[in-house]
Amino acid sequence: MADAHKLEILRGLIKFKSNTQKIWGVLILLSIVTAVEVVLGIYKPEALMTQVLSMKLLNWIFIILTIVKAYYITWDFMHMRDETKALRRMVVWTAVFLICYLIFILLQEGGYIEGVYSSEYIKRDF
Amino acid sequence: MDTTVANTGTEGKTWGGGNQPLKASYGKMMMWFFIVSDALTFSGFLAAYGFSRFKFIGSWPIADEVFTHVPFFHGNYPMIYVAFMTFILIVSSVTMVLAVDAGHHMQKGKVTIYMFLTIIFGLIFVGSQAWEWATFIKGDYGAIQTKGGNILQFGEYVTVDGVEKFKRVAISDIAIDAHGDRVQHERKSGIWFLSEGTLPSYTVEEVYNGLEANPDVLVRTQTLTAEGEKTVLTREESLKQIKENGKLVVEGANLHVNEYGTSLFADFFFFITGFHGFHVFSGVVINIIIWFNVILGTYERRGSYEMVEKVGLYWHFVDLVWVFVFTFFYLV
Repeated sequence: MADAHKLEILRGLIKFKSNTQKIWGVLILLSIVTAVEVVLGIYKPEALMTQVLSMKLLNWIFIILTIVKAYYITWDFMHMRDETKALRRMVVWTAVFLICYLIFILLQEGGYIEGVYSSEYIKRDF
Repeated sequence: MDTTVANTGTEGKTWGGGNQPLKASYGKMMMWFFIVSDALTFSGFLAAYGFSRFKFIGSWPIADEVFTHVPFFHGNYPMIYVAFMTFILIVSSVTMVLAVDAGHHMQKGKVTIYMFLTIIFGLIFVGSQAWEWATFIKGDYGAIQTKGGNILQFGEYVTVDGVEKFKRVAISDIAIDAHGDRVQHERKSGIWFLSEGTLPSYTVEEVYNGLEANPDVLVRTQTLTAEGEKTVLTREESLKQIKENGKLVVEGANLHVNEYGTSLFADFFFFITGFHGFHVFSGVVINIIIWFNVILGTYERRGSYEMVEKVGLYWHFVDLVWVFVFTFFYLV
């Protein structure tokens, strides 16, 4: 059963000899990502403060790095890499679709209410 | 009790549950489905947090200024302790997955040790979170809440290494004690069954007198400037705001008031990290139960350590949620 693990990460860029070795490799990867996040969070480089798609570039970087971490936790620690395609899609797409939908609705609405507050003009009775 | 993994009498029966098109056992699949639904619950909370934050985007507290403490150290260390907590949880995930891996090789000794380490790291995390809560509830500088529910904080400009910075000043450092303390009303005195919460250490009056006596101290509002910093009022405006609008002295945070900014921030903090902490706690309890089963040899006799794998899935999920809580509460 132990031989059934897929031992490549980063599309085969890094190959591991055993599952245990892969686990330590993923730990190092996750630690590096967290360290990068913390350093960026403390120093907040001025160059990353530009607005991209109505949010600071730095915040986009944080969110992307978080998704990277989530990917490796799910794929390697939870062994999603070794599950069948059908199970993987059932779990991942359901969550991804519903979460994106919910986030879009709530952030859109929050932004609208903020607009009403800050422009001091009630557009609609809500 | 062989019902979980071994023979269930359905082998080969395609319409009786014997066929496994997803190549995953019943228990593991149900754990995945539970995780999906729990993930949706957490995203509901985090999306609600995002909603409130977008609603008050111009005055939301800056997390770097709220979580700045590290146990046993004085000074200002934003993010360091939460980063440590994140690392602890990731390491506990690693020991858990090592336990699962040892289970695949039927190595009882290794499973026992790795699960024990997972439990220890889990307890360290819960303890850290309790400390984080205690620090947040206690507060550090104190603030004045206005009639409209806004928070006014104090500070002064100081020059450190040639750079002018706004340094926060605690209300206890400036307030002039008038020794006119009002006694806290308890239910044993006066009207029965009526009591009030702990009174703040100072009255607004005392803080105002203190502000007048310290000509360098200025008031800071919640409103964010274009540079993403809080607005600092002029000296005249500072005195005027406290005099005219100051209503309540706030120290620390709870579900009603919050010295760091809008009380919604504290509410979401308690609710989301509390719900996550509860997951960690229940994860530790479940891990302990399974750990005892490992020691007793239950899975050795059953011939499969799949139960360890299932609690492992739950434990990793808790780690996964923390990664998102960390980003949206402390980083973004």
